[in-house]
Amino acid sequence: MRIARRAQAGTMQSSDLMVAVEPAEALSVEIESTVKKQFEHLIRAVAERVLAAHGVTAGRVRITDRGALDYAIQARLETALARAAEA
Amino acid sequence: MARNSLGRELPASFQGRPVVPYRDPWSVRPEGLRATRALKRVDPGQPKLVQNLQEAIERCGLRDGMTIATHHHLRNGDALLNHVVRMIDHMGLKDVKIASSSVHPVHAELVPLIREGVVTGLECGVNGLIGELCSKGELRCPITVRSHGGRARAVSSGQVPIDVAFLAAPACDEYGNLNGAHGPSAFGSMGYAFTDALHARHVIAVTDHLVPYPAAPASISQADVDWVVRMERLGDPGKIVSTTTRVTTDPVGLQIARYATQVIEASGYLKDGFSFQTGSGGTSLAVAENVRNLMRAQRIKGSFGCGGITGYFVDMLEEGLFQALFDVQCFDLKAVESIRRNRNHLEMSADTYANPFNAGAVVNRLDVVILGATEVDVDFNVNANTESNGLLLHNTGGHADTAAGAKLAIIVAPSMRGRLPIVRDAVTTVTTPGATVGAVVTERGIAVNDRHPELKAELLRRRAPVKDIRQLQREIEAVTGAPRPLEFGDEVVALIEYRDGTIIDAVRRVKG
Repeated sequence: MRIARRAQAGTMQSSDLMVAVEPAEALSVEIESTVKKQFEHLIRAVAERVLAAHGVTAGRVRITDRGALDYAIQARLETALARAAEA
Repeated sequence: MARNSLGRELPASFQGRPVVPYRDPWSVRPEGLRATRALKRVDPGQPKLVQNLQEAIERCGLRDGMTIATHHHLRNGDALLNHVVRMIDHMGLKDVKIASSSVHPVHAELVPLIREGVVTGLECGVNGLIGELCSKGELRCPITVRSHGGRARAVSSGQVPIDVAFLAAPACDEYGNLNGAHGPSAFGSMGYAFTDALHARHVIAVTDHLVPYPAAPASISQADVDWVVRMERLGDPGKIVSTTTRVTTDPVGLQIARYATQVIEASGYLKDGFSFQTGSGGTSLAVAENVRNLMRAQRIKGSFGCGGITGYFVDMLEEGLFQALFDVQCFDLKAVESIRRNRNHLEMSADTYANPFNAGAVVNRLDVVILGATEVDVDFNVNANTESNGLLLHNTGGHADTAAGAKLAIIVAPSMRGRLPIVRDAVTTVTTPGATVGAVVTERGIAVNDRHPELKAELLRRRAPVKDIRQLQREIEAVTGAPRPLEFGDEVVALIEYRDGTIIDAVRRVKG
């Protein structure tokens, strides 16, 4: 799929995350997290897995994480992607 | 660098004192005498009430490099410590050490005075910003963290000589008799201040409620107070309450409380003569609520409740479930009100509460204590000082003291907090050694220390969800993933002193 417009999903509550996506020429994933030092590698791994599964090759993905578990990260990112897709 | 018996790397010395590595909770035997101070004589007609704080400080002879102390009964509502240090700055003094019973977020006002060298050391643990800034290397102020019993030991043994103690006196007469139960800033028990009144070289009572002589009851006697001075407001007792002090409604907390209650039942201690301590957190109070219901249903007559006292324990006293309460610090205003009224709500000094080097502390008489944790490890060591991000944010309180004293110390904690697993290979910082911990209870099960085989067998017999602590760790990490270890610099920002004066851990600057 292609990121056609800005979209976001999630909340800033503890154990949740906010995902914002927008169109861009290259693919980038920016991560801010309360547990960045301990878990950035795992957050990035989930994000890249989800992006690959949806065939996303371009776009800017910003994750602001408050200690969410993998399934929450996957769900929020997939929702943001669905909202950003062409209608 | 030396290593203690828990493998923690320690510096050879800190704040000019040699570091004695921790070995085990029991083997250090004290030598020598209690610390003492000069004899004094106050003649008839000689006044003790002075005009202002500056005059009181001058009469005590406070100089550069000396040590002062306050006590933290007003917790985050305390105005005295900031007031005192501002005055010390105004008087042009430098290089002063603070040996208060604790420092709270409200004392962030001291940060610029630490930067200017007015305050150059903390002989006490800290809650909040000061510890955070020191952990990040943004503030230089060596910290020695002590438990409540450890502080009483350090002060009474002379390890930490206090030159001037400032006692917050909610009701005080002009000759220095004082109590914490009356007046607009009443906070209840004078607990930690007793040690200071008995051992500081000079004692100043600061009051916002001067009463006609004699103030009664006189928790602290005129015989120990050198000077009395007025202050507009000692602080805001409404801010004593720092946590919820309500039974939790969170399903995770309630599940933990159910399991913890099962552990207490299986321990065999819940019978006539039962003695019990909990903190004021929502999960701890949920355990207290369950215990209260069991005591009612089984008509159990307990011995005492202990520690920082909440309204919950007051209700249990008034219901006749306990013979008495030992109160080192009132945790809410209902407890303050009770200490005025209930003869069996006993004011207790920190020394009587938890000092390992006296003729027997109250913690030695505890059956069960419920304690929290930021982390535990597979050896049952507990961290209550730093967070998993390495920042020093919490003081020890009575954690290590009650764990050592009680027959059974139960750690309650959610299995994860914001993705961070609670059970680690090794805790970031050791507050309380695993040798004094009986069980770790999470919502995913109960891990029992091998030192309590009978408890484990009984819990298994009752089909409680007992798990090996490594199994518990694996189950949690299967959900959270394994966290990457933090990186620390070499610089030691704080020592964690065990209650006997040996050093159980060092806190280093966090990198990045």
